[in-house]
Amino acid sequence: MIKFLFLGILRDKSRSLLPIIVVSVGVFLTVVMIGWMNGIFGDIVDINANFTTGHVKVMTRSYADNESQLPNDLALMDVNNLTDTLRREYPDMTWVQRIRFGGLIDVPDAKGETRCQGQAIGTALDLFHPASGEVKRMNIQKALKKGRIPLHPGEALVSDEFATRYHVAVGDSFTYFGSTMNGSMAFKTFIVSGTVRFGTSIMDRGAMIIDLSDARLALDMDDAAGEILGFLPENLYDDGLAKNVEASFNAKHSNPKNEFSPEMFRLSELNSMGQYIAIADNMSFIMVFIFVLAMSVVLWNTGLLGGLRRYNEYGLRLALGEEKKHIYRSSLIEAVLIGILGSVLGTVLGLIVVYSLQVHPLDVSGMTGKVTMLMPQTYRAIVSPSLFYIGFLPGLAAMVLGNALAGRAIYKRKTAELFKELEV
Amino acid sequence: MTAGFLLLAFALNAQDAKTIMAKVDQNMASKNRVFESTMIVHGKRASRTMTARSYSVGEQKSFTEYLSPVREQGTKMLKVGNQLWIYSPSTDRTILISGQMLRQSVMGSDLSYEDMMEDSKLTEKYAAVNTGTEEIDGRKCFVLELTAIVTDVNYFKRKSWIDTERFVPLKEELYAKSGQLLKRTTLSGVKQTQGRWFPTIILYKDMLKAGDGTEFQMTSIQFDQVIPDYIFSKAALKK
Repeated sequence: MIKFLFLGILRDKSRSLLPIIVVSVGVFLTVVMIGWMNGIFGDIVDINANFTTGHVKVMTRSYADNESQLPNDLALMDVNNLTDTLRREYPDMTWVQRIRFGGLIDVPDAKGETRCQGQAIGTALDLFHPASGEVKRMNIQKALKKGRIPLHPGEALVSDEFATRYHVAVGDSFTYFGSTMNGSMAFKTFIVSGTVRFGTSIMDRGAMIIDLSDARLALDMDDAAGEILGFLPENLYDDGLAKNVEASFNAKHSNPKNEFSPEMFRLSELNSMGQYIAIADNMSFIMVFIFVLAMSVVLWNTGLLGGLRRYNEYGLRLALGEEKKHIYRSSLIEAVLIGILGSVLGTVLGLIVVYSLQVHPLDVSGMTGKVTMLMPQTYRAIVSPSLFYIGFLPGLAAMVLGNALAGRAIYKRKTAELFKELEV
Repeated sequence: MTAGFLLLAFALNAQDAKTIMAKVDQNMASKNRVFESTMIVHGKRASRTMTARSYSVGEQKSFTEYLSPVREQGTKMLKVGNQLWIYSPSTDRTILISGQMLRQSVMGSDLSYEDMMEDSKLTEKYAAVNTGTEEIDGRKCFVLELTAIVTDVNYFKRKSWIDTERFVPLKEELYAKSGQLLKRTTLSGVKQTQGRWFPTIILYKDMLKAGDGTEFQMTSIQFDQVIPDYIFSKAALKK
């Protein structure tokens, strides 16, 4: 019977064309939107994780309370020992130390006096040991506009925006002026090894990137660091897993009565990332719900129109003795077949578009110039396994639901009135 | 006897705020001063002690050289007008600080660069109201409320507790224009030097900052000295 119905669908275009188009358009939009949203939210999470939050972050309780002020006087002490402990207790994760600091970048004239200066937001990370993976994690190679990544102590990367504005070239020197961990004045002269542009104003306004060893020297932070960032295996954020790590670490190492004791936070608790993760997690459900609701209404309507158009056919079939439930069942099987065809078509088309947006992301750098949070500069979609079925099942469900609602009209037909209705 | 005391008390209360301020200025303001100081910064984790030698002429010129600890030794600051130059011997660089940066903390203390260089006559910058008397550490004080009459002041409002006999402030509260309390200072160790009373120990507490405040002790002070002009030149920074 299925073959019979399938041939009917193929041969009678008026029976199948509109529903297939409706289902495939709905499935296509669902797949594209979910693929794109997943890509954008995934990138936001990755950028924030790599630049500032990690998948989990360890800070002192006081530092965490005042994090926006970069309070290195409240930084973690005995940090190498703590990092070793983290590596021992959570060996599958990657742990890196970071120091973030504020201050002034002062560029000297020929006499060694201030020629120009600007505010600096510095990040110190392990640049000199490739095994740390920090250069890759921060995407520094790609962000490099001029020069090279620091290879030696006393070298620094500065933002390309700063370098351009103040005519600072690779090889020039500048002095960092700020406060040490103990509150003393910090002065350290660096050579510009390169300039970087991350494409995010928060990083590009006054970014200064140096090696941890230089920061420790300048800021008097021997065996200290503001933050220890942890990254989950495969560098994939899993909030449940991060929550377990956070809970076990804090239970064992954090003392609520000591403001300098370490405390672990997971990504979803930092930088308002929880909202983004919640939106990303619920996005598929929201999209599918809207799709099924809207498509069911459309397909119900289409089914009603189809029912009207096939009014005579159903009447004839009833007159010939076919049972109402058989007609209803066959119309549902037809709906399943049309739903499969439309969903497959919509999924394939959607995946093609998602893949092309993954390879050729949309450049939105012109629109994010003044955004103060870490945002991706390109909006890309991502092909994930869920996209292969996320639109398919709702497409099928909407078609069947629509036809099931419309098909109820069959049971309202009265055999006694068939000949009158058919004007036989 | 009682009547005489009451008369004296009435006379003291009746002293107008302007006269009190003028007497405070006679003690606190000077043509110039040369002093050595010890600054103890009580941080959240530990305390740090620094010593320095300073020369200042009014509020316009000042020069400070840090003598200890080793990390700060040789660091010099020169202020002329609204500009401040800091010399760092470790980098052999002179860095200019101006504008908003002057409101930053000096060496992680509760003092800003502006606080450090304040040496102007209150009568020239504030209008005062005498609100009564209170006792501080057993000493009777006038309580003055000062409101700025010029725009270039560090603090728009001040509340000062002035020793009724020696005319030096024993406590001050410094407020922003919004009314927010920014700093509280407690002054003690009042000594008579060159015919004037002067508090030699000042405890600064930045109310917007954690920690137990900064103790600023003047270990020696001389007023109205002959200070060579070259002290207030950039050339002196590198000497």
